[in-house]
Amino acid sequence: METLDAVQAVLRERMSGLICPELLGFENETKTLHDVIERTAAFGESNSILLIGPRGTGKSTLLKKILDDLNKDKRITRNLQTVYLNGLLQTDDKIALKEITQQLELENTVDGRVFGSFAENLRFLLDSLKSGDQLSSKPVLFVLEEFDLFAHHKNQTLLYNLFDIAQSAQTPLCVVGLTCRLDVIELLEKRVKSRFSHRQIYLFNKQSFKEFVYVFQTYLQLNQDKTIEVKDSKFVKKWNTEVEKLAKESAMLDILRRQFNTNKDIRALLNLMVIPVGRLSHTHQYLLSSDFIDSFRHHSIDSKAAILHGISVLELCLVIAMSHLNEIYDGEPFNFEMVYNEYRKFSERRSSMQKFDRAVVMKAFEHLQQLELIMPLDNSSVRIQKEYRLMALLLDKSQILETLQKYPNCPTEIKQWAQSAVLT
Amino acid sequence: MSSHNVLVSDKQCPVHCRDDQYYLLKSLFGQNEQHTVGSVFLYGTTGTGKSLVVNNLMHTLQVPHVKLDCTEFYSSRVLYEQVLNNISMQNSDQDSSNEAQSTPMRCDNMNDFVKLLKSTIDHLDLTNETLYIILDKAERLRDLDSNVLPATLRLKELTKCNVCVVLISEIVWEKFQGGTGLLDPFIIHFPDYNKDQLLEIMTLDTPEGHTREFYSAYCNLVINIFMVVCRNLNELRHMALLNFPKYVQPIESGECTHKDSRKLWRNIEPHLKKALQTVYLREVSSTQWEVMQMDTGGAVVPATPSHTARQSLELPFYSKYLLIAAYLASYNPAKSDKRFFAKHSGKQSKRKIVKHERTSNQLLGPKPFPLDRLMAIFYSIVEGKVSATSNIFSQVTSLVSLQLLGQIGKDVLEAPKYKCLVSLDFIKQIARSVQFDVVKYLYDFI
Repeated sequence: METLDAVQAVLRERMSGLICPELLGFENETKTLHDVIERTAAFGESNSILLIGPRGTGKSTLLKKILDDLNKDKRITRNLQTVYLNGLLQTDDKIALKEITQQLELENTVDGRVFGSFAENLRFLLDSLKSGDQLSSKPVLFVLEEFDLFAHHKNQTLLYNLFDIAQSAQTPLCVVGLTCRLDVIELLEKRVKSRFSHRQIYLFNKQSFKEFVYVFQTYLQLNQDKTIEVKDSKFVKKWNTEVEKLAKESAMLDILRRQFNTNKDIRALLNLMVIPVGRLSHTHQYLLSSDFIDSFRHHSIDSKAAILHGISVLELCLVIAMSHLNEIYDGEPFNFEMVYNEYRKFSERRSSMQKFDRAVVMKAFEHLQQLELIMPLDNSSVRIQKEYRLMALLLDKSQILETLQKYPNCPTEIKQWAQSAVLT
Repeated sequence: MSSHNVLVSDKQCPVHCRDDQYYLLKSLFGQNEQHTVGSVFLYGTTGTGKSLVVNNLMHTLQVPHVKLDCTEFYSSRVLYEQVLNNISMQNSDQDSSNEAQSTPMRCDNMNDFVKLLKSTIDHLDLTNETLYIILDKAERLRDLDSNVLPATLRLKELTKCNVCVVLISEIVWEKFQGGTGLLDPFIIHFPDYNKDQLLEIMTLDTPEGHTREFYSAYCNLVINIFMVVCRNLNELRHMALLNFPKYVQPIESGECTHKDSRKLWRNIEPHLKKALQTVYLREVSSTQWEVMQMDTGGAVVPATPSHTARQSLELPFYSKYLLIAAYLASYNPAKSDKRFFAKHSGKQSKRKIVKHERTSNQLLGPKPFPLDRLMAIFYSIVEGKVSATSNIFSQVTSLVSLQLLGQIGKDVLEAPKYKCLVSLDFIKQIARSVQFDVVKYLYDFI
């Protein structure tokens, strides 16, 4: 059905983070940032500001909404130039400068010109942005995502120059930095810090459970705010009613409550919605709470226990031997020989299992290392034979005991060995 | 002649015993034009069918995709160039007249990569379909530059294109997290196969001329022996196929029929036990193993120690004593030399030596010793008079190049230090050949 395809397409776009229906709770912050950018764009004032907040609170979304809003004013669109930089992409100031040149579309002016310093280059670029009359330059908005990564560049040249120009009021410049590090100011050098205006907006997720449920609803409802996403309005009306009913169901609220208590992040909520949306089809036209229950169960798998479930019996014996060694010697590191010694004592004493050769046990040991359940403690530059390298076990005793409960066809003697009190 | 192909693929039928994961991924990917989540992370122990399911799905859905193994990426540049060039290569069949696509693209930083990826997608008209980038052994991405992993997970957002990155790994996601935080992908776990599932999959390899039930019974035997040690499906399949000719040998030579399971079991059991010690450890290669099977005919293969390759080492007489002296020097504390090797050891202390299991040198490993100490012990254990000629010292050097001794430190002229790298079993063998009781001289065995 075409309608269902359209519904899926819209919901998938929302879940992959491309579209955000509504951003709750940041009215003050929105107003502040909006004013700052508008003043640069309309009146040529220079500004610098930082948006700080943990990951997933909506910094980029907020900025995007403000810019979309501002672009509705034709005067601003004509004048304001925007440069988008990202700390993950531009890992070096040279690359950043190239990117700025490209985004401001100034390649023709730069061709053939050779400059000494970064500052001269940047000043030349910004001077090239003169509008009609010689007196005024066009305002430029610099958006720096992952701002803290720019602070790791050599001498923080880019940041210094941007803040310097912003402060000396030559070209109207607005620098907006987005970062997840709350201590980003500490990363700046003294000379950079002094040129920064110290305006910071903090975004924290202060949603209550009610607002959380409301956000959940808005993400699933269609054709809100008079935007037509799906054409079949009868189906959309029924769909929206079903979503509202779903959000009031006790099973659904239970799942949402558990999700809210674990992780308030919007991205985790979107991950929860992926499986139910994927199940929509001809026969399954509306979202049900059972879908969400399955989805929640899928996301709450204990990953280490799941990996432990798949190791062989010999490897399990080695893990138990290591856990015993940790108990006897209070967590001091061990090497393969010690583990093998412990295993041999067990297999001679109690087990009716086949006794394995040292080399076979070594292969099992190396498999555990490959799965990163054990790790060498020293760096590999010191050459020690692999049997004598000191290792540490990255598992807890409780995790091991839990695995033994669920392990298929676990020999009882191994279970008893694991649970036995260790005598020094 | 081996008539089996170890790498039998399951491409004709949908993936066995992986229905849940297959259909989950299929519903996740949806239709070609629709957006998927930005990144997907698949994890599970070795041999649980992760790559197989993804490859199968890509083939069925016929979407543009790139499959890469991260072990090849010794630098991030290789990652960028491989992705870009593979995309152009796979999708340029439509436009073979364009010469620009024949030159491989160069790219050494993430910024250029994102731009080139966007332009390649536009150029090849793939904007309507989701492009899948599949990275196997994804744990290696952590070892590249620190911005590679975070940026790869955000590729959809950075390129603003319909891209989905699929990461496949054996390591759990918690070990990937680091830095200031990553965009968490959609995580799917691939559970290990239980015994019935293993049997079902291994039965698919039934060679021609035998029934599935017969091969299934044989696989049951193999699994029972090997499963305690290893649950990796690839290893088990390889072992089963490799030993099958030996299993059916009595049938072919006419000694028994298909129904005589007991006789067949008695024939194959010692053989499989031996395989556990040789081919499983890859001390003998698969082709050598096949030859060995044919040579011994129908007789039961006598059990030989697993170090057959190492035992064949023949050393000159003084080298053997030098090696024994080196072992004693490594594994005995220096203070005990006096009581073992001095002619008149004086009064033995009546105090009992307290030994802890943990400080046993056998468990801690060999300790380095100077050359003087080695020569002192050597002169004391060797029978007869030996003069300190350069022959003896050159034998020490040849032991180092055979990697039976290891040289510690850079100082070769003044005070060279060595360490003994052989195991107790090996030294016992050597000592037996010169009739020297080495255990009597070891501190740990008093």
